[in-house]
Amino acid sequence: MTNSQADARSDPQADDAGAMLRETADRLLADRLTPQIRARGAAGEWPGDLWAALDELGLPAAILPEAAGGFGVPVADALSLLTVAGRHALPLPLADTMLAGLALARAGIAIPPGPLAVAQGSEVRLDAAGRATGQAWGVSFGRHARAVVVLADGPDGPVLVALPRDALAIEPGLDIAGDPCDAVRVEAVPAPSAPAPFGAAELRAAGAATRALMMAGALDAVSAMTVGYANERRQFGRAIGQFQAVQQSLAVLAGQAASAAVAAGLAAEAVAAWAGASGPGLLPAVAAAKVRTGEAAGQGTAIAHQVHGAIGFTQEHRLHRYTGRLRAWRDAFGREAEWAQVLGRHLIAAGPDGLWPAITAA
Amino acid sequence: MSQFTMSQFAFPPPPPSPAADAFRAEIRDFLAAEVEHRPALDRAQSWNGLDPAFSRKLGARGWLGLTWPKRYGGQERSGLERYVLLEELLAAGAPVGAHWIAERQSGPSLLRYGTEAQKAAILPRIAAGECFFCIGMSEPDSGSDLASVRTRAEREGDGWRVNGTKLWTTNATHCHLMILFCRTGPLDREHRHAGTSQFLVDLTLPGITIRPVRNLVGEHHFNEVVFEDVRLPGDALLGREGEGWAQVTGELAYERSGPERFLSSFRLLVELVRVLRPAADARAEIALGRLGAEIITLRRMSRSVAGLLQAGADPALEAAMVKDLGALVEQAIPEIARDLVADGPPTPQARAFAEVLAYTTLHAPSFSLRGGTREILRGIIARGLGLR
Repeated sequence: MTNSQADARSDPQADDAGAMLRETADRLLADRLTPQIRARGAAGEWPGDLWAALDELGLPAAILPEAAGGFGVPVADALSLLTVAGRHALPLPLADTMLAGLALARAGIAIPPGPLAVAQGSEVRLDAAGRATGQAWGVSFGRHARAVVVLADGPDGPVLVALPRDALAIEPGLDIAGDPCDAVRVEAVPAPSAPAPFGAAELRAAGAATRALMMAGALDAVSAMTVGYANERRQFGRAIGQFQAVQQSLAVLAGQAASAAVAAGLAAEAVAAWAGASGPGLLPAVAAAKVRTGEAAGQGTAIAHQVHGAIGFTQEHRLHRYTGRLRAWRDAFGREAEWAQVLGRHLIAAGPDGLWPAITAA
Repeated sequence: MSQFTMSQFAFPPPPPSPAADAFRAEIRDFLAAEVEHRPALDRAQSWNGLDPAFSRKLGARGWLGLTWPKRYGGQERSGLERYVLLEELLAAGAPVGAHWIAERQSGPSLLRYGTEAQKAAILPRIAAGECFFCIGMSEPDSGSDLASVRTRAEREGDGWRVNGTKLWTTNATHCHLMILFCRTGPLDREHRHAGTSQFLVDLTLPGITIRPVRNLVGEHHFNEVVFEDVRLPGDALLGREGEGWAQVTGELAYERSGPERFLSSFRLLVELVRVLRPAADARAEIALGRLGAEIITLRRMSRSVAGLLQAGADPALEAAMVKDLGALVEQAIPEIARDLVADGPPTPQARAFAEVLAYTTLHAPSFSLRGGTREILRGIIARGLGLR
């Protein structure tokens, strides 16, 4: 355990605990997430040493209650780690390991050590003997996960299940960024389970919130690197950032990044309230956040590539690590249209006189 | 450091304000009685809607200058409580236009730069809803380039003599006072912002001529205000001579970050929900959800700036961002609304929707012009990013 982690544990101020965690993660990733590690990951290798380093600092467990192996950091602060993950375009399942841990802890299921996954979709049944049968898809880093968390139909109602890795048949796939995104099948596999403390829609929303947070972080990085490039790159005898046309685009990009950060903050607060089984639930804040961050990712990515020009379209340049993941994350756990419909239905149901109160309640 | 600090801009979560939450219920009760019966089109006018009697009603409740010191007619309540009041008024479509500039901008300027005599004489009248202000900044040849103003105040005896023309002066015919921005020193090409000052101008003074300029709908909000050898007393100077630019730019965070920067079209959204509700399809739900996501996010950004202002920060860049993003949403709402509703029999609801849609569509171009054009705002943001 590092000193900074000890500080984070004992600090009475929640926000400082979050800042400490983010700094710890930021330093680690700046040092250890090297181009070599990225290349190994892209080639299909599991960067186990980097994961071990994250794990050693306790970052994947930071979100857990103390009883489940965490160290009492407020959930919103722990979630803010995901903005750092986004800022570094992290090619590791930190988000899903945190989310799986949170879900398993709430259900009272023992949390397996190591990386975990949460299925974006599944059709799984659990029989009376506790054996799971079915399939799950959209499983980020599923091939590397110790367990895949799904919501299943149990004999007495919905159950949360941790499908153990050794019993999984994996159909490997890749998301648009080239990160593993697999489908898995199980056939009468004994699996730890418990009555589901929440529904599939809530688990999907919590997953969407993690992607919103990572998109916010990635957009922040993309905005900063695009401004940096515009200040360095010279054409017509001056930095391209001196041209008003480019400046106006960069202002739009920064606005989208700021908007995404604010929306992601709303999502983090909603998930924190949900994790404590309090507050107004995940809607409408998470729906709004996933829509807004996804839209910002689309607009921001387009501007960043436009300003970077041809060099940003190369494999060698780092830009695509961020823009590729922005595109993957805006797809994961529900695209903008899906969440917009959820939010829109909520607002229309509130009616003309309830519309504004529904907005102030978000 | 806040939880989700951006590299270049900071929108920390607004501090919790239980007092504001309690206040909200009180405001909603008041609005239910005072505003809900008004026609949809009136409510769609948002902060263009003029009703001096309504402004006086707010004043009588102590709801103008809510944050100001009690000795000047204020209530010494928090900025976040005032924020709740403003957003509730706007969301309900209350006619706040008569006092809006005085309460938002002129009063705070007086508090910051005014002499004790100026504050004591004017602020209680603003707080009572009995003294309305207009802004004398733009001129026929000075829009976004405010430093190029040519209206000039020359020293004369103990006072000043003013000559020049102001344009786009909203509600000048309904206002008692103008805060005039003009040149008091020679134009220095190297320091174009130097040599400007602000004055409190009684609009009934001899030599002032106010002429209406009708907008494209035919409404009279704008005016041309001509100054011909207008004699101002020495105590008309607001703040310090030559500091006009710094004083004006100091107001910008207040002017650009409030809920009026993303709620101008809100009443159209309400009427849209009213007509969609019986049978909203997936396309309508998705469109509403996208707009809702924008508004929920902008509201949070705007409240964040209110929290920063309350804490004494100067979030001018964040405010520029709120206004730029807010105008986009305000302008998107009529475009999306017209797409979602087909024509049909002229029921009262359909008629109200059509009127509000037309009103909002026609006024939408002004949303990214007033208070700093889109291009100026993005230029400010770009400079904040370190681009020159």
